[in-house]
Amino acid sequence: MIGPVIGVLFDGFAYGMLLFLLSVGLSVTLGMMNFVNLAHCAFAMLGGYVTVTLMNQFKWPFFATLPFAFLAAALISVVFERVLYRRLYRASDLDQVLLTIGLAFVSVAVAAYLYGTIQQPVQMPSYLRGSVTIFGLSFGVYRLFLVGVSLAITLLLIGALEYTRFGAQVRAAVDNQRMARGLGINVDGAFAFTFALGSGLAGLGGALAIEIVGLDPSFAFTYLIYVLIVVSVGGLGSIAGSFAAATLIGISDVAGKYYVPELGAFLIYLVMVVLLMWRPAGLFGRR
Amino acid sequence: MSTVSPVASPHAYLQAQARWQPAEIVFWLATLLPFWLFPDYLVLASQIAITALFALSLDLILGYAGIVSLGHAAFFGLGAYTAGLVAKHGWGEPISGLLLGALVAGIVGYGASFIVSRFRHLALIMITLGMGLLLHEAANSASWLTGGADGLQGVKIWPIFNTFRFDLYGYTAYTYSLVVLFLVFLLTRRIINSPFGLSLRGIRENSVRMPALGAPSRAHLRKIYTISAVIAGVAGALLAQATETVSLEVLGFQRSADVLVILILGGAGRLYGGLIGAIIFMVARDQFSGIAPQYWYFWIGLLLIGVVMFLPNGILGGIAKLTASRRERRGSA
Repeated sequence: MIGPVIGVLFDGFAYGMLLFLLSVGLSVTLGMMNFVNLAHCAFAMLGGYVTVTLMNQFKWPFFATLPFAFLAAALISVVFERVLYRRLYRASDLDQVLLTIGLAFVSVAVAAYLYGTIQQPVQMPSYLRGSVTIFGLSFGVYRLFLVGVSLAITLLLIGALEYTRFGAQVRAAVDNQRMARGLGINVDGAFAFTFALGSGLAGLGGALAIEIVGLDPSFAFTYLIYVLIVVSVGGLGSIAGSFAAATLIGISDVAGKYYVPELGAFLIYLVMVVLLMWRPAGLFGRR
Repeated sequence: MSTVSPVASPHAYLQAQARWQPAEIVFWLATLLPFWLFPDYLVLASQIAITALFALSLDLILGYAGIVSLGHAAFFGLGAYTAGLVAKHGWGEPISGLLLGALVAGIVGYGASFIVSRFRHLALIMITLGMGLLLHEAANSASWLTGGADGLQGVKIWPIFNTFRFDLYGYTAYTYSLVVLFLVFLLTRRIINSPFGLSLRGIRENSVRMPALGAPSRAHLRKIYTISAVIAGVAGALLAQATETVSLEVLGFQRSADVLVILILGGAGRLYGGLIGAIIFMVARDQFSGIAPQYWYFWIGLLLIGVVMFLPNGILGGIAKLTASRRERRGSA
């Protein structure tokens, strides 16, 4: 009786952790610059394709590809940030939405051109497959691994944001950008670095997501919606908020699909609209 | 337009704005050309007219009132399903079907307007997106009513006024869509060139200051959002009647995104922006889709980036800027 419930909760939590990795970068950059970056999941997709290419074409082990998924997404995103995004920081929401939707469209077409529209096959190493039994309940090894990685990254991020000089600058810029500039903080530099870090984490999330949700060119839009839900429910610029929202959305999505499959994704859209109407700035938002 | 000085009375300004320009008359006469020049493309022409009507409805809220919506297909789909369902269940009279589609979209739009007018920025974008997705999921789940992913089958539309039968070549469909488009356009033009339309533009520029001038921002936004929903519903009902089928795609995110692209391409906040954008977008899609269907969005994406970077007010904005600078040069010479 209790077994399936815990199984659903655990799967939902693991899925939520994936959503957290995909969305935390967007949350922080949105909080800092108010820049609506709808191409965020295109960077995640890039990470996924880097891992697929390295594993299938060059026969690299799975773990060796992960740093490159991170780096590729981080580097390419910072190029876009410097060349295109920075011109629109003061532009309207609409212009930002249009530019980044345009980028996402282009990324989908390029991915379809290079890899075709089929799901990409990957073979996980044997030690990440199967499941282990703890207290009579079985857990997927890969999902345990995913939860471990995400929790480690969360702790690292919170530590870096709370206890380093750079973290203090980022927090200052999120709270009040103009004041931070007035105090001599290099907001543009901090933003570029945060942007690269956030996109890199999305790239890593994209690579880790292949085993759970697969990878095809529509990834950039399918998961964009989930990521936006997490960000807007969690509140902008809040790591703890993203974590809570990702867990909530992950569990309600998995539980909804398990117990009331006929509703489909209806449940989480409803959760989002109701939460946003109640608190437009998100659960942990301050503005 | 440039002859009106800013101190002229508001009525003189509005009247000058409302005067018919020669280019407008040429444009509407040119919409009749497909009957003689491209009789094989009348089906496409009717699709263009329907898309233009949908873009016009988005222009009212996005271009004039500044409400960014990523879920406007919701009202298009409501109109389409209403008209389709009425016809499927035995009442195929097109004009009343059109009005019913408009009515249903308008009622839902009026309800939604209370939510929409309260939010701005990211929350607004997310709420419109979320409501669009909700309706799409609902229509997908309620397959007993909507046919689900297979679409609504068995829609039979009676001839218009019992005389004009919907033919295979789209002759009736184009005439019908064009007449509806023109009538709604006249209405829209009247709204935009009224004091109400002017105060909408004020709300777009500064929604906090307008109440201080005596224009209640939220009430105005609710009004225009409802009007826009009605027009989107008419467009959806037109599509259902012209194609005699309704697919789930009428509610999809893709449709909301496409109409946004169309409006931005043509020029938001201009009456003809959506119309010009729809013509270019639909003709280009028709031409390119034969070559490479899945790469169509590469060019759309590139186009969006280009428009945002180089033509912030769309094609019509760019043309207006060009003519203005030329006139200035001539004036100074």
